[in-house]
Amino acid sequence: MELIKLEKPEKLIDENNIRVDGRKLNDLRPIKMEVGVLPKANGSAYVEMGGNKILASVYGPREVHPRHLAESNKAVFRCLYRMATFSVDERKSPAPSRRENELSMVIGQALEPAIFLNYYPKTMIECTILVIQADGGTRCASINAASLALADAGIAMRGLVSAVAIGKADGKLIVDLNNVEDQFGEGDLPIAILYPLKEVSLIQFDGILTNEEFQQCINLAYDACEIIFNKQIEALHKRYSKEIIEKDNKKEA
Amino acid sequence: MSSYDVIPEIEKNYIKELLSKGKRLDGRALDEFREIKIEKDIIKKAEASARVTIGNTIVIIGIKVSAGPPYPDSPDSGVVTINAELLPLASSHFESGPPSAFAIEVARVCDRGIRHSDIIDKTTLCIIEGEIVYIIFGDIYAISFDGNLFDAGELALTTALSSLKIPEYEIIESENGKKEVNFINSWKKVEVNDIPVSISIGKIGKTLFIDPDEKEELALDSRITFTFNKNNELISLQKGLSGHFSKEEILKGMEMALSKVDMLRNKVIECIKDFE
Repeated sequence: MELIKLEKPEKLIDENNIRVDGRKLNDLRPIKMEVGVLPKANGSAYVEMGGNKILASVYGPREVHPRHLAESNKAVFRCLYRMATFSVDERKSPAPSRRENELSMVIGQALEPAIFLNYYPKTMIECTILVIQADGGTRCASINAASLALADAGIAMRGLVSAVAIGKADGKLIVDLNNVEDQFGEGDLPIAILYPLKEVSLIQFDGILTNEEFQQCINLAYDACEIIFNKQIEALHKRYSKEIIEKDNKKEA
Repeated sequence: MSSYDVIPEIEKNYIKELLSKGKRLDGRALDEFREIKIEKDIIKKAEASARVTIGNTIVIIGIKVSAGPPYPDSPDSGVVTINAELLPLASSHFESGPPSAFAIEVARVCDRGIRHSDIIDKTTLCIIEGEIVYIIFGDIYAISFDGNLFDAGELALTTALSSLKIPEYEIIESENGKKEVNFINSWKKVEVNDIPVSISIGKIGKTLFIDPDEKEELALDSRITFTFNKNNELISLQKGLSGHFSKEEILKGMEMALSKVDMLRNKVIECIKDFE
């Protein structure tokens, strides 16, 4: 996947409704998802969405540290979002920024409703996300990766969380913004949807939209997240159906 | 590593007992590395990058290059800064927060390994003497921790530096006489004259062994890391943890380390051979 240089293009969408990276308005970028990539974590996943490269790990349920934060009726869920210094054009300082702290919180809050925290009282579940390459829409790609890592850790969940950013550029609504569209477009609306309940667990917006456009955006998000959800299921199948087949083969042998 | 879990005394004693018979928990010989894999150019946003896998230990490094002022005591040299991040991603023992003493030790040992080799002549990183030089940041991230971050970090660092291209600048003088640089959309290779490699030796009881994994690290009495240049001369050394070595043990450790230098260096050479 070649990255597009961050420069303001003359047009974000041409007369044939083709975007700067050759996509149509409703197309997602190429997605790659892999589960169980980190040997030491209880659960992990690697996700590529366009030029984004995201690693997520889950440790727990385990002892709460410090202990006084433990809750007697449910697990404590902690989420940490960090960007590698080399994931962006200008080197990012290794110290966590205000943006990273906010994203840690909103991503955690997007994932939390998917987890049966009440199954694991007095424990802690920790999710760490590392963006190793950023290309617009890292919070959505991070949610997709973290949700897979939680499932890989075998944590009881209501379902998976799938996320995508819908936006507006040159007056048209577009799906899954890349870095250039994110920077120079007219709006950015990241949405996370909890499947199979189809409830929204993250929604943020910056830009300007009419009421009709906003409604259309939400519909576009549901369509796009459905595709992402199916890819997540596929990634889990790929990891675990293999294990089941191997186990069956061993039994036969 | 204050937050480290205590491994049960029984397991620690078992590791010790095995080692005293010349055996290890995972069946390796005392002078045997785990499987090593090196890949370069994994991050397009970085000027150079690499991923190194030693058994279940995985590190990635990305190098970013910019232009900035030199240190006052070396006005004609570029600046190379190495940093290591041990995020909770890599191990259940790592915590978020400012870098631990261990993270700083990893970064410093890797850094000193390249600093005293000829890998990059820093005077070639000078743009305008005393004013503007290349600033090179190498950031090592532990992705999965199963011991021996020193050797993995050093392999990643030398691989990335050996496949580094730096931006070319034109010098512009503004009206008030201040000089600035402007990227001219072209890149040049950095001349690399050495491939230093480091080898870490652990000591438990009286036994020395190469490439300790996580369980062995938890039981370690002490550790010593040797770094050698292309002529297999010692260029950096670090004794770690609160144990001690006899004179004979240090020399024996060095001999063990030297027996693995070519194998490691060849892995780096193999990885960078098609770099142009």
